[in-house]
Amino acid sequence: MNQPARGSLLGIEHLEDKEILSLLKLARRMNPLKARPLLRNKCIALLFYEASTRTRSSFEIAAKSLGAITTLVQSSGSSIEKGESLIDTGYTLRAVGADAIVIRHPAAGAPHLMAKHLDIPVINAGDGMHEHPSQALLDAFTILKHKKSLKGLQVAIIGDIYHSRVTRSNCHLLTRFGAKITLCGPPEFVPDVAATLAPGLRVTRRIEDALRGADVIMLLRLQKERLAGQKISLQDYIARYQMTAARVKLAKRDAIVMHPGPIIRGLELTAEVADGPQSKIIDEVHNGVPTRMAILARALGKAK
Amino acid sequence: MTDHKSKPGSLLIRGGYLIDPAAKINAPMDVLLRDGRVAEIALRNKIRGSSDEKFDARGLIVAPGFIDLHVHLREPGQDYKETIATGTAAAAAGGFTSVCTMPNTAPVVDTDEWVAWLKLPERGAVVNVFPIAAATVGSRGAALTDFAALQRAGAVAVTDDGKPILDNEIMRAALRLGAELNLAVVQHAEDTRLTENASMNEGPTSFRLGLRGMSAAAEADVVDRDVTLAQQIRESRLHVAHLSTSDALKAVRRGKRAKARVTCEVTPHHFTLLDQDVGEYDTNFKMNPPLRSAADRAAILVALADGTVDAIATDHAPHATHEKEVEFERAAFGITGLETALALAITKLHRENKIPLTRIVELFTAGPARVFDLRGRGSLARGSYADVTIFDPKKRWTFEAAKSRSLSHNTPFDGWQFAGKVVATIVGGKIVYRGD
Repeated sequence: MNQPARGSLLGIEHLEDKEILSLLKLARRMNPLKARPLLRNKCIALLFYEASTRTRSSFEIAAKSLGAITTLVQSSGSSIEKGESLIDTGYTLRAVGADAIVIRHPAAGAPHLMAKHLDIPVINAGDGMHEHPSQALLDAFTILKHKKSLKGLQVAIIGDIYHSRVTRSNCHLLTRFGAKITLCGPPEFVPDVAATLAPGLRVTRRIEDALRGADVIMLLRLQKERLAGQKISLQDYIARYQMTAARVKLAKRDAIVMHPGPIIRGLELTAEVADGPQSKIIDEVHNGVPTRMAILARALGKAK
Repeated sequence: MTDHKSKPGSLLIRGGYLIDPAAKINAPMDVLLRDGRVAEIALRNKIRGSSDEKFDARGLIVAPGFIDLHVHLREPGQDYKETIATGTAAAAAGGFTSVCTMPNTAPVVDTDEWVAWLKLPERGAVVNVFPIAAATVGSRGAALTDFAALQRAGAVAVTDDGKPILDNEIMRAALRLGAELNLAVVQHAEDTRLTENASMNEGPTSFRLGLRGMSAAAEADVVDRDVTLAQQIRESRLHVAHLSTSDALKAVRRGKRAKARVTCEVTPHHFTLLDQDVGEYDTNFKMNPPLRSAADRAAILVALADGTVDAIATDHAPHATHEKEVEFERAAFGITGLETALALAITKLHRENKIPLTRIVELFTAGPARVFDLRGRGSLARGSYADVTIFDPKKRWTFEAAKSRSLSHNTPFDGWQFAGKVVATIVGGKIVYRGD
């Protein structure tokens, strides 16, 4: 059992401020259309135990734009189905020549376990309900394209906070640089304990309260199956928390609307909001590529 | 496994300081063991009879043999984790002369045949093994086992450990039958309907790590219900296993005040560690019940000192490496604990929290002996079984998991520095462990 290899990205919580800043700076200089073969002759393994569209494709495009080759391993159709353990899968990918592993896994801490046993960088592409650090970095990247600084920014995060790894990473990152975050939703999704995650967090049940004065509105996907057995019904949720054009108006005039996707129109937000002028949802997806290029370049020591 | 084995006969333990809370002795005394029993105790150099062997206990504490109410020795069926031979060797190294084994093996110990099997000499036990049998057939929570037959075969209590009895009627029936036979019903208190997929305590740490949490209420609600049932059923005996929360303690206190026969045990890890110690998903900090909050631990420390807690029990739960070196949520619950229990009690309870050594010895001896009514154990009064634990409360040492006598090494205490070490463990008058 060892320390994670240099260049690993397991989460935002333990990432130093200067590392976050240098990744954001590097991301601004990355352009997938102007290929820079920084990672020529490198092999990046994309190990996905969970479904993904955005994260997987943008990591793959990021790796290829930097000149690396990629191999995709998914839980179905691989030896994982035959019962191979996570650590053994890591050893196998290392043995076939992977220089870094990007992993998405339904269990919190899975990337940490892999990093303890491998001498190559491990990049967390989402682990259970824990963290999704590349998403938080691309969200910060997106916010900074529209706002001068994170300091003093009012951020409202609305929806199923409890199950959200994106929110956990965003809370660590944004509060570290002085943003004030209001978490909003019913107690089933936003337990009071959520406020202990980072300094500068507060919890409210009232969406008007969360939106007043907000510079950034972050929405989260609501999984219908997670409402099963909860006290709140779908209609209740929509009535109280759905982001509508009228509700967006409660925030600052220049507020931006974000969502890590996938979005469910008509549930956590209306189509008008998703496609509205303040929506940066597609920008986020777009910014995923340069952000992940920066993460991969740093992972393999090519952060120039 | 045994370091030294002396011949049966007589053994004089000389020059030690005897702490025997059951006999209310706390003084420099010599102890003569003969033919498996305590033949005599007397002030220093006052024992006249001859002895085959002498043990120099100067500077050491001499105590009744320690009793562990809660161990998993994994036989039958899971001998890749532990065997009765290796588990009892670890017990001896930890100063335990008697261990009570949990029935959640493969198969479950739910018949008198299996109870008798556990006690056969071929199992290779080096300390006394007292089986706890399943309370329901297969621990499936439906039909009660044959308590009387199990008791005749040697079971000292019944439990469905790990699979709590949630059904009110089954629990009521178990306590009723236990009352008729003077047999304790041991409950692992966890409302499993509230803890599905949970892998640690519910609180700020579980939220931060993105792990589903077990609430304190999931334990306390069951203890509360059980105490109420124990109050209603005359002569019933309820023992709360590995109690871990402040609210569950309140229920136990309520039962004790009402003179119900309610007892409880606490593990060394729960009085030592907190949920936040799990760090970055260290599976050696994953057990059930989970490590709890600082407030829960503080309440447990008070209850250990004030007499609410009856016994320290290890919940020794060995697991193979491949069951622990996996994703946290998939990892097996449980840690080993036999070899670190006394050291943790002395280091944490005595030195840090100023709980007197006599109370600590009581929690390892007279307390647990009372819980399961183990006659002739837990005291060195004349005529008792010749089970003795001799330890040095000041000796400094470092625990190395790799050198553990257990077959498994899943402990959070690897590399910990302790004060307090077992010097010798004597079972039935024979030295079965000798430390340095």
